[in-house]
Amino acid sequence: MLVRLGDLILSLLAWVGDVALFGARALYDAFLPPYELKEIWRQVFEIGWRSLPLIALSGFAIGVVLSMHTRASLERFGAEAMIPAGLAIALIRETGPLTAGLLVSGRVGAGIGAELGAMKVTEQIDALEAVAVDSFKYLAVTRILACIIAMPLLTAVIDFCGIFGGYVAESTISGMSAQLYFHRAFSIVEFTDFLPATLKTMVFGFIIGTVSSYLGFTTTQGTEGVGRTSTSSVVLSSICIILINVVLVKLIFFVFPVKA
Amino acid sequence: MTRQGSGGEGSAIKLEHVTKSFDDHKVLDDVSIDVEDGSAFCLLGRSGTGKSVTLKHIIGLLRPDAGRVFVRGKDVAALSGRALSDVRRSMGFLFQNAALFDSITVGENVAFPLRRHTDWPDSKVRDTARAKLAEVGLEDDYDKMPGELSGGMRKRAGLARAMALDPDILLVDEPSAGLDPITAREIDDLLVERKKSGTTLVVVTHDIPSARHIGDELAVLHDGRVIARGTAEELDKSDDEIVRAFMKSQGGG
Repeated sequence: MLVRLGDLILSLLAWVGDVALFGARALYDAFLPPYELKEIWRQVFEIGWRSLPLIALSGFAIGVVLSMHTRASLERFGAEAMIPAGLAIALIRETGPLTAGLLVSGRVGAGIGAELGAMKVTEQIDALEAVAVDSFKYLAVTRILACIIAMPLLTAVIDFCGIFGGYVAESTISGMSAQLYFHRAFSIVEFTDFLPATLKTMVFGFIIGTVSSYLGFTTTQGTEGVGRTSTSSVVLSSICIILINVVLVKLIFFVFPVKA
Repeated sequence: MTRQGSGGEGSAIKLEHVTKSFDDHKVLDDVSIDVEDGSAFCLLGRSGTGKSVTLKHIIGLLRPDAGRVFVRGKDVAALSGRALSDVRRSMGFLFQNAALFDSITVGENVAFPLRRHTDWPDSKVRDTARAKLAEVGLEDDYDKMPGELSGGMRKRAGLARAMALDPDILLVDEPSAGLDPITAREIDDLLVERKKSGTTLVVVTHDIPSARHIGDELAVLHDGRVIARGTAEELDKSDDEIVRAFMKSQGGG
């Protein structure tokens, strides 16, 4: 039993090591020519632009729900005036970035894993190499960079849509005007609330791109393997995001302490 | 790092005592072949005997466990980065399943190597890709997606892509598989034309009549070893029963 547990831990560590090396190589290769700018831009469009409807709609719904919950809590203390600010802080500092990370890992992680996995098992990755194209750089580096670029932008969108959703809910329930709502929402939000929380999603993007590309490149066993890769890309990148988020939040609090 | 071969000079391609295993299964066992510049070399053998693996060693997609692979005197397994890219650019590779990029059109598949390795304007790239498709009889299929083509058409599109950069060396895995006999002969004739224009061919095939038509030299791979090599006439008279049986198959003898 202990031996099996030890083997499991060792294989898990080996996997984490392989993925980390894959990601480190991608970051290193990103600074070497050719820079594949056209392909990076295409991937930013695929990953970012095509995720917009999902992100915007989810953000709006989360804003509505958060507004209702915040109202239920703050009403007890007669602090309804704090609803917009409480919602904005919660969304910008944590709910928005983490939700965006998990949504993108679901939509994009599965897509990258399945696409690269299918290319691997049908020898398209070998075909790229055969026409003298660095498949790692062309496929993996471009997707990882695109995820890193797209994540903060999508996070800004989910934040905005969430706050707007909160306004719609609040104006429906209490008739609060847009001017008052947004004034209150941003009254206590500072630059240090928005920037670190938004930029940390670049790490989420790196994780999504790296994990799903790694799994795609190491896909075996045909169509069944592609399906497994797709699922694993979502599960593993989501777990990694949730775990890394703990470290990042602690780091942000350390660097930008919350004022009393 | 570019390591010059000790025995690779004089031949376009030379394999020296190449051994390759996957897990515990030895696929290539001490394989040595050399292919003269401008000649056509046909590698024959039953399924699973390591023919495709041999081709992948030549283009550097696989590296031997032991032995060396030389392309124009350069040890392919010792190359990386730009040096490996330069060697690969001098070769075209037709995969057994064609391996077309399924997210772009057939025409863009053929244009892909041109867009990557030339600074030609778009019109010239497209015209060249159309001309290559016309050579394999797919001139009307530029804008189709690979999924819309039959297996044989995909194979021909793959051959057009392999020929896009007019490579010095063409590696062809099962060119006639999945093709009707007439198209298969047309492809054989196209490969012969390529050879006449100076391209070195390495063709993996099960099709004995095709190998007789294309090949200057033939080799039979069996259980990962080269058991016979020579001209078609020499292999017809081989002492080895497996070789003779193979050469007589498909009305080849």
